[in-house]
Amino acid sequence: MPGAIYAEGLVKTFGDVRALDGVDLDVPEGTVLGLLGPNGAGKTTAVRCLTTLLQPDSGRAVVAGIDVLKHPNEVRRSIGLSGQFAAVDEYLTGRENLQMVGQLYQMRAKAAKARAAELLERFNLTDAADRPAKTYSGGMRRRLDLAAALVVSPPVMFMDEPTTGLDPRNRQALWEVIEELVSGGTTLLLTTQYLEEADRLAHDICVVDHGRVIARGTADQLKAQTGGERVEVVVHEPEEITPASEVLRGFGKGEVAAESHTRKLTVPVTGGAKLLAEIIRELDTRGIAIDDIGLRRPTLDDVFISLTGHAAEDAVGDNGEEGEGTTTPGRAQKAQNAQNAEKEAAK
Amino acid sequence: MTAVTDAAPISAPKGVGGVGQSVRDSLVIARRNLIRMGRIPEMLIFGLIQPVMFVVLFTYVFGGSIQVGSSSSTQAYREFLMAGIFAQTVTFATAGAGAGIADDMHKGLIDRFRSLPMARGAVLTGRTLADLVQTALTLLVLAVVAVLVGWRTHENFGKVLAGFGLLLLFGYAFSWIGALIGLSVRTPEAATSGGLIWLFPLTFISNAFVDANQMPSFLRHIAEWNPFSATVQACRELFGNLPPGFQTPDAWPMQHPVWASLIWSVVIILFFRTLAVRKYRRAAG
Repeated sequence: MPGAIYAEGLVKTFGDVRALDGVDLDVPEGTVLGLLGPNGAGKTTAVRCLTTLLQPDSGRAVVAGIDVLKHPNEVRRSIGLSGQFAAVDEYLTGRENLQMVGQLYQMRAKAAKARAAELLERFNLTDAADRPAKTYSGGMRRRLDLAAALVVSPPVMFMDEPTTGLDPRNRQALWEVIEELVSGGTTLLLTTQYLEEADRLAHDICVVDHGRVIARGTADQLKAQTGGERVEVVVHEPEEITPASEVLRGFGKGEVAAESHTRKLTVPVTGGAKLLAEIIRELDTRGIAIDDIGLRRPTLDDVFISLTGHAAEDAVGDNGEEGEGTTTPGRAQKAQNAQNAEKEAAK
Repeated sequence: MTAVTDAAPISAPKGVGGVGQSVRDSLVIARRNLIRMGRIPEMLIFGLIQPVMFVVLFTYVFGGSIQVGSSSSTQAYREFLMAGIFAQTVTFATAGAGAGIADDMHKGLIDRFRSLPMARGAVLTGRTLADLVQTALTLLVLAVVAVLVGWRTHENFGKVLAGFGLLLLFGYAFSWIGALIGLSVRTPEAATSGGLIWLFPLTFISNAFVDANQMPSFLRHIAEWNPFSATVQACRELFGNLPPGFQTPDAWPMQHPVWASLIWSVVIILFFRTLAVRKYRRAAG
C-alpha cells in the first residue's frame, strides 16, 4: 500500500530547465521525510507539485490516498502547507489570520474562531493575538504561519524550509513543535538545507540535487554509505606520528592518513567504541602520548559532499528555480555539526 | 508550546460546494480586504485626492474655455464634466485591485489560498468586491465635492441612482482587468503603473472631458465606440447633464448609452474574469 505521500516519476520543466527530473517518493503514514538539498535542487518544486500548486509535466502523485492531479480540491482538505515565507496577512491580526484560514478550510465561523483561540494559546501568541501581524517578530510570524497550516490538524503536512532565517532559539522551539505534531500521527514532508535539521527530525531522508533523488535512506544508512566511522588521534609530539600510525594500521580497515602539521592521524574502522578503548590501551602500552582521540562518524555534510561533489551551501541555484531565497547558514551549521559529532565520539 | 494536536489528525470538513461556497469564500476574502483597507486609510485618502483635484482643476482652470454643445458657460461645462470624472475615478479601481493581488502573490499569500480547499475564483472575487465598496465610498465623497463646486442633477432621484449604479458596475468590471494585471506582473509597483498607463488614453480619447463631436473624425469614431464614452454618456443622460444644444452622435452606443454601458461592463467582466481565474489557478508564487 502506498504511503501517505506517494510520488512516481514526477517531472517538471521550466523552459529548458528540468526542475524535477523523475522524482519518486514514498512516505509511510506517521513518518517524516526530509527532502535535503541545496538551493535550486528542486525541493520547492516538488512540494508545490504535491500540494496542488503546480501541475507536473508527467508523473503521478497520491497524497492522503487521493490522486493529486485528479482531485486537487479533495487533497487540499487533507493537507497543511507552511512555505518558505511566512504567508500571513500582515495587516490582519494573528487571530483574524487564523479565523480566515479556518473559514476557508470550510469550518463554520464559530468553530474557526474557537480553533484560532486554541492555536494562539498553544503557539504562545495570545498576548499578540489582536495586534496586526506586521508588528510580529520573525519567529512569531513563523509560528503564526505554522498555526495557519495546522488549523484543521491535517493528516499530511508539508513544510518548505520551515526554519530558514530563524535564530537558534526559535529553530529549537519550532523543532519541538514539529516533533510533537508527528508524535500525534501526522505525516510530514519537510524540505531543508540544514543537514542537522534532517538528521534530527526525519525518519527517512532523500537527498536531492538537480531535480533528482540521488540517495535515500535513514540518516544512519546514509552515513554508513559514505564510509562509516573513523578514529582520529592527535599525538603530542611530531616524532610519535610514525609509531602511532603503526598501532592504528593494526586496528584499522584501510590506509592511515597523517597530517604532520596538526599531528593528526585518521583511520577508517569498524567496531566503534570497543575498538577505541583497545586503541587507547595499546597507545598507552607503547608510551605514546596523545592530546586527543575520538571516534568520528560522518555527518550528513560529509554524506552530501561525497554524493554531490559539492557542499550544501555553495551550490547556488544553478538550475534557476524560483523562490528559494539565498541563505547562508551552511558554514556555521557545519561547524556546529562537527562539534556535535566530536561530542558524540567523546562519550 | 504544549500539545498542538489534541486529537488524531482530521481532514477539513467538506465544503458545501457550488455557488454557495463561492459566495461564502468570496465574502470571507472581501472581509479580509476591507479590514486591510481600514488599517491602511492613507490608500483611501490618496485614492480620493486625485479625483477631487481633477474636479477642482477642470472646473476652475478649463471650465471657462472648453465649449460643450452650444454653450460655453462655466456652469454647463461643470455639469458636463462630472460624469467624466466619476467614470474616470471608478476605473482607477483597476490599479487598486492589481496592486493588491500582486502584493498577495509577492508575499506568498496566493500560495496559501491556493493550497486551501476554497472556491477557485473566491480570492479574486473577494478582492474585486472589496474594491467595489471602496469605489462606492470614493464616489460618495466625490459627489459631495461636486455638489460643492456647483454640480446639479436635473432628473429624478431614481435616474440619478441608476447612473451611479452604472458607474459602480463599470468600475467593478475594470477591477477584473486589474486582477488579471496583478496576476501577470512581478511586483505591486508594476501592477499600479500597469493598471494606470493605458487608462489615460482611454479616458482622454472619449467624451469624458470634451465634446467628442469636436474631435477629428478618426478620433471621434474611437471615442464614440469607447466603452468609457458609453458610460459617461449614459450618466449625463440619467443626471440630466447634457448641455443645451448638444448633438448626440449617430453611433449606436451614443444613441443607446445605458444599454451600451451595461453590455460593455458585462462583456468585460465575463472576459477578464475567465482569464483571471484561469491565470490564478496556474499562478506561480
